[in-house]
Amino acid sequence: MIRVENISKRYGDFLVLDKVSLSIAKGAKVVICGPSGSGKSTLIRCMNYLAPHDTGAVSIDGVEPKNRRACEAVRREVGMVFQNFNLFPHLTILENCILAPMMTRKLSRAAATERAHQYLKRVHIAEQASKYPSQLSGGQQQRVAIARALCMEPKAILFDEPTSALDPEMVGEVLDVMVELAGDGMTMVCVTHEMAFARKVADQIVFMDKGQIVEVAPPEQFFTAPTSARAKTFLSQLQH
Amino acid sequence: MAFDSSVFFGALFSTAFLNGALVTVFLALLSHGVGILISIPAALYISGPPSPLRWLVKGVLGVLRGAPTLLQLLFVWNALPQFFPVFREPWFSPFLAAWIALSLNEAAYQTEINRAALGAIDPGQKAAGVALGMTRFQILRKILLPQAVRVALPSTANEFITLLKITSLASVISLSELMSVTSRAVATTFQFTEYYAAALVYYLVMVYVLVFLQSRLERRLVWNTSAAEASPGMLQKAMAFYRRS
Repeated sequence: MIRVENISKRYGDFLVLDKVSLSIAKGAKVVICGPSGSGKSTLIRCMNYLAPHDTGAVSIDGVEPKNRRACEAVRREVGMVFQNFNLFPHLTILENCILAPMMTRKLSRAAATERAHQYLKRVHIAEQASKYPSQLSGGQQQRVAIARALCMEPKAILFDEPTSALDPEMVGEVLDVMVELAGDGMTMVCVTHEMAFARKVADQIVFMDKGQIVEVAPPEQFFTAPTSARAKTFLSQLQH
Repeated sequence: MAFDSSVFFGALFSTAFLNGALVTVFLALLSHGVGILISIPAALYISGPPSPLRWLVKGVLGVLRGAPTLLQLLFVWNALPQFFPVFREPWFSPFLAAWIALSLNEAAYQTEINRAALGAIDPGQKAAGVALGMTRFQILRKILLPQAVRVALPSTANEFITLLKITSLASVISLSELMSVTSRAVATTFQFTEYYAAALVYYLVMVYVLVFLQSRLERRLVWNTSAAEASPGMLQKAMAFYRRS
């Protein structure tokens, strides 16, 4: 349902993405990994046009938006969870969850609130609805961010290093929610360094280096017998 | 020379002083209101990537910020009618001239405050709104502006206090605001102390009513409710101080 065809992107002189192609089927769980600066986050940000690509094409469900309005419409179908949560600090947890559904899906406050409570319950945080983000722990905030994305009832969710900014103790609770989400059949694309999670949930590992996709393989094969030399060194570094 | 308290109280409760104070307050409120209305789009505009039109806008704002307010007042009142005959009509009053001059002046200062406040917001906030499929206007109205207001509020209130006092410059274009009423009273009686003291009382009351409103507003806008409960208001602080001493 997400098709990335031959995209390239530069930041000044630096080529972040070099002719990258990737296809993500409905219901797929794809984990993108690789060393820092390899273009993982940029690639995932290209998938909802947050970082527009220079050349190539990105289409969602066969639609390639040509203008801003069309981009906005497509983004409503593809949720995103950020490394730094990016919750709205001036709004309560509930308001964070109902804002976009009310503004963009034209849901009534009552319907949006009902939906928000349903998804907050799903990320095990229903009792915090009236608090502000600053009153929650990092792990709780990230679960709210997941609920906020779910409230749009997207067809896919992009995770951009969702556990990298968390204390080690809180990584588990966020990953648990993501595993449950995967079990429910959500299409997920996840940039992460959590290899245990990748092994458990992913049906495809995409390994990137220097703006290119070096290897695409099922997790079992990737972790036990990677074909590229670069992936071998990367994995040996992770053992430590 | 003795302080004649009957002159002081007479001035304090005179309609002339009250009217002068009202002109001062309305001029400041209206000028700041228009200034803010101009400054929000201006701040958003100059925050964009550089272009010739942006340089021009920045240049105009720079002139408004750099030129003395007194010069701007005199320019609008005296020079504008020379350029544009419409301003020679009787409707062009000193109040209107002061309103125009102070609004433009204030817009330039307020634009800087707003630009800094918008710049202080984490870019991730906009990214989150964009990723949720919100339109640029929705992101601005529901995510960026509410956060920028909180950052800009203390400087804006400070700016208003400055403006309230700067309105006294409008006495040079014969506007009957508080300071020109005072000067006129002094000119005929030479009782400086009594009339200046009465004017001082008016200015202080106006400023501190505003400071009080500002602290109320700031408390209301605190994100974290527990922080709002923890930090006492000005009145509570004053009462605590009174009890201690």
